[in-house]
Amino acid sequence: MSVGFVMLCHTALDRAAEVARHWAERDCPVVIHVDARVKAPAYDGLVRALGDLGNVRFSGRYACEWGTWGIVAATQEASSVMLKAFPEVRHVYLASGSCLPLRPVEELVAYLDSRPRVDFIESVTTQDVGWTVGGLNVERFTLRFPFSWRKHRALFDGYVRLQRRVGFRRRVPSGLVPHLGSQWWCLTRRTLSAILDNPERGEIDRYFRKVWIPDESYFQTMVRKFSTSVESRSLTLSKFDYQGKPHIFYDDHLQLLRRSDCFVARKMWPQADKLYDTFLLGKGAGQVAAEPNPGKIDRLFSKAVERRTKGRTGLYMQSRFPNKQWGHGRTAAPYSVFEGFSEVFENFEAWLGKVAGTRAHGHLFAPDRVEFAGGETVFSGALSDSAALRDYAPKNFLSNLIWNTRGERQCFQFGPNDVQDCSEMLAGDPNAQISVISGAWSIPLFHSNQNFGDIRREAARLQKIESDHLAILRSHNAKARIRIWTLAEFVENPMEPLQSIVDEISPRSLRRLTEAPTLTDLKGFGQFLQNLRNQGMQPVLMGDFPAGETVPTALRRGRPYLVK
Amino acid sequence: MAVWRAYRLRLRRRAFLLRAWRKRGEVRAVTDRTGEIGSNAILAFVTVRNEAVRLPYFLQHYRKLGVNHFLIVDNASTDGTLVLLQGQADVSVWQTSGGYKASRFGLDWLTGLMRRHGAGHWCLTLDADELLVYPHWETRPLRALTEHLEDQGRDSFGAMMLDMYPKGPLAAQRYAAGQDPLEVLPWFDSGNHVVQVQPKMRNLWIQGGVRARVFFGVEPRRAPTLNKVPLVHWRKGYAYVNSTHAILPARLNAVFDEMGGEVLSGILLHTKFLPEVVEKSAEERQRREHFANSALYDAYYANLITSPDLWSPASCRYDGWRQLEALGLMSRGGWV
Repeated sequence: MSVGFVMLCHTALDRAAEVARHWAERDCPVVIHVDARVKAPAYDGLVRALGDLGNVRFSGRYACEWGTWGIVAATQEASSVMLKAFPEVRHVYLASGSCLPLRPVEELVAYLDSRPRVDFIESVTTQDVGWTVGGLNVERFTLRFPFSWRKHRALFDGYVRLQRRVGFRRRVPSGLVPHLGSQWWCLTRRTLSAILDNPERGEIDRYFRKVWIPDESYFQTMVRKFSTSVESRSLTLSKFDYQGKPHIFYDDHLQLLRRSDCFVARKMWPQADKLYDTFLLGKGAGQVAAEPNPGKIDRLFSKAVERRTKGRTGLYMQSRFPNKQWGHGRTAAPYSVFEGFSEVFENFEAWLGKVAGTRAHGHLFAPDRVEFAGGETVFSGALSDSAALRDYAPKNFLSNLIWNTRGERQCFQFGPNDVQDCSEMLAGDPNAQISVISGAWSIPLFHSNQNFGDIRREAARLQKIESDHLAILRSHNAKARIRIWTLAEFVENPMEPLQSIVDEISPRSLRRLTEAPTLTDLKGFGQFLQNLRNQGMQPVLMGDFPAGETVPTALRRGRPYLVK
Repeated sequence: MAVWRAYRLRLRRRAFLLRAWRKRGEVRAVTDRTGEIGSNAILAFVTVRNEAVRLPYFLQHYRKLGVNHFLIVDNASTDGTLVLLQGQADVSVWQTSGGYKASRFGLDWLTGLMRRHGAGHWCLTLDADELLVYPHWETRPLRALTEHLEDQGRDSFGAMMLDMYPKGPLAAQRYAAGQDPLEVLPWFDSGNHVVQVQPKMRNLWIQGGVRARVFFGVEPRRAPTLNKVPLVHWRKGYAYVNSTHAILPARLNAVFDEMGGEVLSGILLHTKFLPEVVEKSAEERQRREHFANSALYDAYYANLITSPDLWSPASCRYDGWRQLEALGLMSRGGWV
């Protein structure tokens, strides 16, 4: 028999006993180390539970506080027992009490038999590790760590800072190149005995006693000194979260674990009955002898880290509420805001919905109600068309709308007649594409039948609102994709801007606009502006319209001319 | 300034505890099985009034999740609730005829009980019309959740209320005791919630859902609060402030990530709109025990009494926790 298991246990001893029995009954010797902090009755229970097995031993007990030397001492001692008591063992597999074999032991034995000289241990130089949390890589080896990270975090951190400041460095013993890696390895007798029987071990152990988390570096470093063939990977499947804590596997991970083709995985939730039943009672047998492939499930776990640390952009909810600094005000997807277009063109919304293949709303921020596309009263996500609900939290309204319609681009109209509260959010949102024809709000006034005194007053009011809005769009904080034309500029050549906006909305269509929206009738508009001026109001946002009856060329036709 | 604020919150918390202590005489133990509570038990604290219809499924749901003991205050029920509860082996019952509103909506009674029996335990504080779900809840019982939270160094867990409703007039539905309420109330509003943070205790304030849409379209500020912190690793000095919407000490309100990430959270499926709500609303309107400023909610009850249809074409049909997570109503955070 070629493989023996060293098990480090501290909780759920009943499960550890089941796993130890599983291995021992299949002719694999087991040496168990139980944390010294486990109380006597529990320990005695474990010893009794395995009393009938001749190839199970217990080794001297050390207190194994996370990140301290105790774990290495326990491993050394248990390994020595293994090598001495079971001379036929060729590979020693280091496992924990919460490990679970995923494939029949015979497959592991066969796998190791065909690689008799290979040491399986993840061992990476300090420069190359990407997983250490908290920024301590090489410093694990060069600083001192007398304070407990778990119990006295402030002291721990403070002492690290102090040592950095005064430039303190411990000397790494000559001949050692610090390496890091997963604690769970499988080493050959040859390598393991060389490490344990090394005449310089006393000195080396003294050094490692004060290294931070030595269980992730002691064997990983020593193996580089003695092994002839290191395969730098762990045979134990183990996943870590963003804080460096191991993920727990539950019953619902059954299929995932099966697909990994790994020999052993940790850590199992002790109450995961289905996992233990399936893998220990042999129901997991009958698979093809595949290479262990933890990569198959890596994606799921790296996605989990991303979900926890970055979250879903544009989502504001009960457990994700980024503050300003971390992107508050960002929405989930690109959308377009049109200002002045529905005044310049007739039936602009219908045209836009058709041409760009998007959802084209009216004025979502109209003062009396939300003008959802198609006149809906309740829109996607059950957003209400009540102006009061919207105005209670306009930013929430917008981010909800964009979130609810992920996958379908939203377009809406905006103007100085609308509630302006969301101006800053629009301007600061990189997802917003804002196209403005400034001064276009004057066209309905031009067509209206009100008294000229009222028109003049209204024009002054709207011009003030739009000026403020444009100032926000032009501020240095604006992150949206913003285009602004004056009314005069725009009607001079309306097709080019339209084409570029539509191209941006649906880049894949890349077709020329064949059907242009109908321009509204602007005959006499120049004179209208002149009348406003004559009444003492200064219309500035429309650009230069010649007074009198001359109308720019494009305006004489109902539809702009298209160059195909 | 921060010290002063912290001190004032401390005073406030002590005042709640004192209040609960003063009112300890209002509740009388009817069936006290708290001696059976194990050292590691997960507890559920509930105040009920005439919930004989809801309780069978409620108890079943939470037993399945792994609640070990229920501690329930019965506020003068007349529908056999008390008898029903006394017959359950894992339930301890207290009785009171005190005013619901005068006892901070039952919190004074529960705070006293939690101080005595909850310390050191993971405690759920619930209403009878709330069913907790969270990522993987069908395969991972509460014990798995609380162990995970402890691993993460967290001692509180947030779950937003999601108002569930039927299609068609409320009173036109049929519900039998013991039935899964979601069979009758499978619909909800998925994307109209409003989130803000209240600076004083750094707790969330979430409003929205179907009640805001249908009943508070004119006065959104009055729409009911939906955020809750129903699961807490309890210690003696803790006290809920306003239902389970906020808790002191304030650090327990930090159930959300402010740096863009997502924290593990759950949903309380709110089954308020079972058909009996119409009848009960008429009673509540008279009793005025449910809102601090009850007169302001007259229109709300008046509307409910007419048995409205809350459904809209944009309503979403419940399809399990994965759907709730995909919609962004809750999150698994890093718990895969």
